[in-house]
Amino acid sequence: MTVVPAPTVPRPPRGLRHTLRQARREWTAYLFLAPGLILFSVFTVFALGFAFYLTFHEWSIIEPDKPFVGLDNYKGMVEDERFRRSVINTVYFTGASVPLGMLIGLGIALLLNQPLRGRAILRTLYFLPVVTPFVVVAIIWKWLYNGDFGLFNFYLLKTGLIHEPLAWLADKQLAMPSIVLMTVWTSVGFSMVVYLAGLQAIPEELYEASRVDGAGAWARLRHITLPMLAPTTFFLLVIGIIGSFQVFTQIFVMTSGGPVDRTTTMMFYVYEAAFKFYEMGYASTLAFTLFLMLLVFTALQLRLYRRNDA
Amino acid sequence: MSATLDPVQAPVPPVPPPARRPRRRLRTIWKPLVAYLILVPGAILFVAPLAWLISASFQPVGDLFSWPPQWIPGNPTLDGYRLFFGVGGDVAEARGAQGVGRWFINSAIVATSVTALQLFFNSLAAYVFAKRRFPGRDLIFLLFLGTMMVPPTVTLIPNYLVLKHIPLFGGNDIFGIGGHGWLDSYYGLILPGAVSAFGIFLLRQYMRSIPDELLDAARIDGASEFRIFWKVVLPLCKPALAAMAIFTFTYAWEDFFWPLVIVSDSDLYTAPLGLALFVTKNRTAWDMLMAGSVIATLPMIVVFMIFQRNFIRGISLSGLKG
Repeated sequence: MTVVPAPTVPRPPRGLRHTLRQARREWTAYLFLAPGLILFSVFTVFALGFAFYLTFHEWSIIEPDKPFVGLDNYKGMVEDERFRRSVINTVYFTGASVPLGMLIGLGIALLLNQPLRGRAILRTLYFLPVVTPFVVVAIIWKWLYNGDFGLFNFYLLKTGLIHEPLAWLADKQLAMPSIVLMTVWTSVGFSMVVYLAGLQAIPEELYEASRVDGAGAWARLRHITLPMLAPTTFFLLVIGIIGSFQVFTQIFVMTSGGPVDRTTTMMFYVYEAAFKFYEMGYASTLAFTLFLMLLVFTALQLRLYRRNDA
Repeated sequence: MSATLDPVQAPVPPVPPPARRPRRRLRTIWKPLVAYLILVPGAILFVAPLAWLISASFQPVGDLFSWPPQWIPGNPTLDGYRLFFGVGGDVAEARGAQGVGRWFINSAIVATSVTALQLFFNSLAAYVFAKRRFPGRDLIFLLFLGTMMVPPTVTLIPNYLVLKHIPLFGGNDIFGIGGHGWLDSYYGLILPGAVSAFGIFLLRQYMRSIPDELLDAARIDGASEFRIFWKVVLPLCKPALAAMAIFTFTYAWEDFFWPLVIVSDSDLYTAPLGLALFVTKNRTAWDMLMAGSVIATLPMIVVFMIFQRNFIRGISLSGLKG
C-alpha cells in the first residue's frame, strides 16, 4: 500500500541487529511520531478495545464492583423496546434527511453551475447554515417551531394553510419531520458545494459532443451529468449516512428524545444510558452496536479515501 | 473557486443555421431567469432564520414573544449583549446569567489549542510517514489507517472513564482513584482532540508530492531533521495546513457532545454547551441567549468569509479529487 521510494543502494541483508541499528539511526522519526502516537493509542486504539471490554460487564460509575456478565448486555438490548424504537427513529431520520439534503443540494448546484451574476453571493448564502454552529441552529429552530409564538405557525396561519396552531416538536407525528427539515436546512449547503466541485470536473467536450448529436437539456442531464456525478453522489451518501446515524445535538437541544421517545435516536439513547442512568456497560453495548451498523459504510468511506492514495 | 473555473459558454457552431439564432438568444435569457426565480427566493428562505436571530438579539425580552413577530426591532436594545458579557452584574445575577462571557473565552482557548496542537502533531507524524524510512513505519501507519474512521460514538464512553481515572489529577491518587481526573479540565477538553488520524492521512498525501531531492539537499547542508521539517516541509504545505486549520478550528469551536459529557463545572462551559444547557434548563434570559448565539456564530462566519477559497478547497480535498 505505501510506495517506498526505490532505494538507490541495494538493500543490505535484513536482520534483527540491522533493524535495531536502523531504528537507532532514525530515532528522530520515532520522536516526531511520539506525541501523535501516544494520544492516538490512548484515545482511539485503547478506547476501542476498552469499549468492547465494557460490553461484557455491568459497569456502573456508582457501584464499586463491575461484574462480568457475559452476553447479558446484548441479550438485554435485543429485548429492549426503547432500543428498537431508537433504531427505527435513527433509520427514519437518516432515510429522510440524507436524500432530501442531497437532492436539494444537487438542484441548487445545477442551477448555480452556469454563468450567473451574483453567483458567488448566492453560493455563500446557501452555505451560511453550514458554518453556523449546530447548537445555534438548534436554538433558532426550536424558537421557529414554538407553538405559541413561532414563526412557522405565524406564517402558516396567516396564509391560511393551517387553521389551528401546530405543536411541531411536541407532536408525536410531527416531531421527527420537524427535526428532519431543520437538518436538511443545515446540510444542503454542503451537498451543494461538493456537487458544484463535481460538476466543474465534468469535461465540457462531453456536452459539446452531445449538443452536436442534438441531445436536449434533459437528455444531457440524464445521460451525462448524473452518471458523471455518481462518485460525488456516492461520497455524499456515505458521509451523510455515517453522520446521520450519530445524530445527537438537535435531539438534545430541541426535543430531548420526546414526545414519548418519538425522536430518541440511537446516539441519544447511548447518552442517556451512560450519563443519566450511569450504566456504562449497557451504553457501551449500544454504542458498539451502532458502530457495527456503521462498519459497512465506514469501510466504504475508507476505500473512497484509499482510492485517492495513489 | 474563482470565476475562471466557470464553465465557458458553449461556442457557437461554426456555421450556424440562421433559423436557430433567435431561439438561442431567447434561451440565454430564459435560462438564467428561471434560475434566479428559484435561487433567489430559496436563498431568502435559507437566510431568514439567521436574519431573524440577528434581529431577535437586539430586541428586549418582551418583544421576542410578540405576535406578529418583529423582523425589525421595534425597541432596539443591547441588553442581551450586555447580559452576555456580564455588564450590570446584579441584573445578570438576578436572571441567572452571570459569568456567561466566560463560555466564549473557554471556546476560544479550546478551539485555538486543539487547532495548534493538531497542526503540529499531525504534520510531524505525516512528515515521518511520507518522507522517512524506519523499522515499523508501515505497521504503525496501518494502525492509524485502520482506525481512522472509527466514529467518536464508540470511543466516547471509554474515553470518559479514562479521563476520570488519570492519576494524580483532579484529586485522584496514583492509581487514578478518588477524584475526577481530567474531567472538568482544559486537558480533558483539548487533549483527546489534539491529534487526528484523518488529518495525518491527508497531510501525508500532500507531503508525498514534495521532491526528496529538496530534503536531501537540506540534509547535505547539515540541517537537523527538525529544521528540515520546520523550514522546508511545513512552508511547502501551507495550503493544506490552512485548509486543515480552518476545519479543525470550526469543528472544535462548535463541538458539543464531548464538552457535554466531560464538563459539569459551569466555569468550563464552552459557548455551544452553555447555550444548549441554557435552553434545555428553560432559563428565561432569552435576550441573552439570542445575543450569545450571534456571538458564537460570528467567528465561524468571519473565518468562512476570509478563507472561503480554502474552505471550499478543503471540502474537495477531504472528499474527492474532482
